[in-house]
Amino acid sequence: MSHVADTTTTAPPVPQEKRRKAEVSEGAREERRLGWALCAPAVVVMLAVTAYPIIYAIYLSLRREDLRFPAQSKFIGISNYTTVLTSSVWWHALWVTLAITVISVAIEFVLGMALALVMHRTIWGRGGVRTAILIPYGIVTIAAGLGWQYAWTPGIGYLAELTGGAPLTHTYQAIGTIILAEIWKTTPFMALLLMAGLALVPEELLNAAKVDGATNWQRFVRVMLPIMKPAILVALLFRTLDAFRIFDNIYALTGGANGTGSVSFIGYDNLFVALNLGVGSAISVLIFICVAIIAFLFIKLFGTASPGTDIGGRG
Amino acid sequence: MATTTRQKTSWSFANILVIAWALFPVWWLVSLSFKNPGTIATDGGSFWPTSWSLENYRGIFKLHEFIRSLINSIGIALISTAIAVVLATMAAYAIARLRFPGKGLLIGMSLLIAMFPQISLVSPLFSIERTLGLFDTWPGLIIPYMTFALPLAIYTLSAFFREIPWDLEKAAKMDGATPAQAFRQVIAPLAAPGIFTTAILVLIFCWNDFLFAISLTSTTRARTVPAELGFFTGASQFQQPAGSIAAASVIITIPIIVFVLFFQRRIVAGLTSGAVKG
Repeated sequence: MSHVADTTTTAPPVPQEKRRKAEVSEGAREERRLGWALCAPAVVVMLAVTAYPIIYAIYLSLRREDLRFPAQSKFIGISNYTTVLTSSVWWHALWVTLAITVISVAIEFVLGMALALVMHRTIWGRGGVRTAILIPYGIVTIAAGLGWQYAWTPGIGYLAELTGGAPLTHTYQAIGTIILAEIWKTTPFMALLLMAGLALVPEELLNAAKVDGATNWQRFVRVMLPIMKPAILVALLFRTLDAFRIFDNIYALTGGANGTGSVSFIGYDNLFVALNLGVGSAISVLIFICVAIIAFLFIKLFGTASPGTDIGGRG
Repeated sequence: MATTTRQKTSWSFANILVIAWALFPVWWLVSLSFKNPGTIATDGGSFWPTSWSLENYRGIFKLHEFIRSLINSIGIALISTAIAVVLATMAAYAIARLRFPGKGLLIGMSLLIAMFPQISLVSPLFSIERTLGLFDTWPGLIIPYMTFALPLAIYTLSAFFREIPWDLEKAAKMDGATPAQAFRQVIAPLAAPGIFTTAILVLIFCWNDFLFAISLTSTTRARTVPAELGFFTGASQFQQPAGSIAAASVIITIPIIVFVLFFQRRIVAGLTSGAVKG
């Protein structure tokens, strides 16, 4: 199935120059024009709504822009950044965010793998399980988060009555409940991506390993995991970046109280509670840089094949 | 695979465990929403309403803010989905089928946007939209929603499009159709299931958004239900807010449950093909 013919890799090296000239026939030119024309609207929208604003955010972050004192707006260089980076609020929020990200993604990976195995292997009721786990995936995060909040509220909630505590009023316990809500909501997504990876593992290979006397665990670690590696890395990358942006669950559960605000949360707070566009934008830019670093580390350290890079290769 | 009774039992147990884990927080919301507002705070957090009541539902449907936000949510989500899916269908078709320079750049750009921290855009968009008069309007939310939905839609769709038999298009071209005609008359009908699946995923995404909704709206003109829920707490209400919030949450969860029940297979296929194959 080589119809998505990629000339740059399949063309013989010598006559390439000639081929290319011959290739820019009327048909090829029309194809190229159509390609651009079809992509143009999506490209224009994406650039207008992301590239331009992020540049504007950088501009805002270099200015004093306080909505309460619009007359004092002026260029102040990097002092918004120094304000943020020397503030313990930012560093605390960064640690909270990293803790939530690492712990929830780690637990989700283990649970998601178990869930993926259940969905992949189960003998009956596969449809029922898949339908059930899509509900946490699809449910509105803030609605689910408020449900958790009431569950943990003494006097109203079953979890608070069950545990006899008020975890939302203590920093660590509150972060724990946020992680729990996050795990419940997003493990299904992880599980589905891992399940797609499981589907790529050839059954014969597992049977061969079984014949050779491999235990279940050995077959999982030695056969399944290596084949699933690309799917695993994509799932981890997606979820890590997603967890790093955590906002909704924190808003619903604690409202950022007791030192539970994530970086996104303090960014929001500076914008809409303190009405300081300059500092808020500086935080926005810093979050953007953090996300870029995480993505870069994933791709460099683990060689995550970013989804989309093999387009055309798979036919 | 030979199955023994024991295997069957353990798989059943695993299945039931998973289903219970997925559904008990949803049941808690349902239970909360049907509790009598007077007894919510006194029934000791019962998992089952001690006295059933529709009072919470009657209450929210009397609230102008809720009705209005429900209309906003539905309208904004549907329009964003429609536009995003149309634009993404065009782009994904080009990516999957046509040869043109700059394709890699487009894919890279969508990937970047898929991973973009939304909070980074909130402050500039807030500022820009206020200047343009888009703040607190439907287009003010539709524009960011469709933008963030585009990468998801382009991935999912191009994965689906690559499964479509290319030869049919070739045949159409041989019969004298232009590439544009081949797209409209041959590929589009074949692609309909993939487009439909993508539309569901995008709709769920738009329906779900909270951060843009609370940042780019200020009144009931454009505020969606998730944003309204975020501000519900503490509003002067004649009812215990827990019950009302639970009822509103249940209402906005119903469409999700309907999608999941009817299109489980499609949603699973869409999520997995876009991310792993794509």
